[in-house]
Amino acid sequence: MSASHSRRQHDWRGVVAPLLFVALWQVAASAGWVNTKLIVSPLAVLQAGWQEITANGFAHALAASLARDLAGFVLGSLAGIAFGVLLGLSRWADRLLGPTFHTLRQISLFAWIPLISIWLGYTDQARVLFIAVAAFYPVVLSTHEGIRSVNKAQFEVAQVYGFSRWQRLVRLVLPAASPQILTGLNLALIYAWLATIGAEFLLPSFDATGVGATVIRGRAAFRVDVIIVGMLVIGLTGYALNRLAQRLEDRLLIWRGPAH
Amino acid sequence: MLTQQPLLPLPTAPEPVAARPARRWQWRWPVGERVLIALVFPLGLLLLWALAARNEWVAPQILPSPATVLAALSELAQSGDLTRNALVSFWRVIDGFALGAVLGLLLGIGFGLSSLFRDYVYPLFKAIAQVPVLGWLPFLILLLGMEEALKVVLVAKAVMVPVAINTDQGIRSVPAQYLEVARIYGFSRWQLLTRVILPGALPGIWNGVRYGLTNAWLALVAVELLASSEGLGFLIVYGRQLYQLDVVLAAVVIIGGVGFVLDKLLSLIEQRLLRWRRDAF
Repeated sequence: MSASHSRRQHDWRGVVAPLLFVALWQVAASAGWVNTKLIVSPLAVLQAGWQEITANGFAHALAASLARDLAGFVLGSLAGIAFGVLLGLSRWADRLLGPTFHTLRQISLFAWIPLISIWLGYTDQARVLFIAVAAFYPVVLSTHEGIRSVNKAQFEVAQVYGFSRWQRLVRLVLPAASPQILTGLNLALIYAWLATIGAEFLLPSFDATGVGATVIRGRAAFRVDVIIVGMLVIGLTGYALNRLAQRLEDRLLIWRGPAH
Repeated sequence: MLTQQPLLPLPTAPEPVAARPARRWQWRWPVGERVLIALVFPLGLLLLWALAARNEWVAPQILPSPATVLAALSELAQSGDLTRNALVSFWRVIDGFALGAVLGLLLGIGFGLSSLFRDYVYPLFKAIAQVPVLGWLPFLILLLGMEEALKVVLVAKAVMVPVAINTDQGIRSVPAQYLEVARIYGFSRWQLLTRVILPGALPGIWNGVRYGLTNAWLALVAVELLASSEGLGFLIVYGRQLYQLDVVLAAVVIIGGVGFVLDKLLSLIEQRLLRWRRDAF
């Protein structure tokens, strides 16, 4: 359809609705139609945002959140790829562990938090572990999926050439499954960011820094402007992470050529 | 020997039509054998857990014995706490899901059919979708308080986003030829929508609905953990605060059970709903 074509030309259209919304919000706040303690005007939010960013170590908090996010993501993804490869390559592992995995997967992610908090306390390890669990599931699923879709004929060729097990894994299976694995990693990144915020909300501690922790403090102090700034930063960071991952994925899969 | 094609990912799934003549010994107990193998690991884990609790390798406050958890479960069930809280959670999911699915469907149809609507609304939608459910929570608590509305709205948001995106994609993936044929047959706009576009987009829409339900359950538990005085999530918080890990584990088991049932239910509906599609394969 011509949507993409017309969208390029009329990019400004998308801005109309948000701008109207913000304008209405500003008018409502400054005309006193709403409780301004609850609904802070956009200008105040902007001001608070500037203040937070320049003065109160917001960058520090964001860096702490990102570090946590990344640590959990890397741990969870590595474990997920390993487990996914195991399930995909060994029928016995799949039969023994697969059903348990698929059952555990049904437990809502956040239900793990109280258990993790009892086992590890309200520490950074607990937060990173939770983020890792969040990243683990999608990576396992997609790795498993990717490996099962490896072409059988190629596999036979590898056998004919006398590839060792390790060579088959590294030269054939993993590259062939890489598109799906990357999709899973992409998904894992989204979940990891959600889990980062969740971990900071649900596993709070006094010395914790992070965007989520800042928001929670803003809520405790009834600072709506801080909360909204925090929300915006959370959204923008998530968006930036996704874009980055997408770019990376396109780059990494360039060898596949313009097949589609 | 590495095997590339495990028969089926799930042991409980029905056997595929026996196209290939299976070896007899495998054919006779296909499900039973699978289930037994699948049970080895969890049973082993259970045994280890029981042993660990019995010999007090870990403090009982940190890991209560399976028997204690079972006792807590039956006590919760008998006192009615379990059913009450589970029902509360259940209705919250249903309400939020219904609201979110309808909104998402309408938005998705709008995006898919009208490029004008898309141009104006999609960026705003994208911005809302970009902030995860938990990011909205503190703001919505201030706006809506801790009442039911908060839970329903958050669950609805969690459902709306995947349903809208998948509906949109589903609609745009309907082959143009179908639309042309419909035009030749002189379909009205309504007929085009209900007879061609929506059925064609159904697999995509369904995908969105499944994602939505999983998300709804995820979001609800998170909200109940943070801001609730009833529900399964609250049960966990309550147990955690009293350091009654048996209650926590019992609630986790139930939450897993509900998630499992929801998933199975959806795949059953899917088989019915998309049955007409199977014929093509």
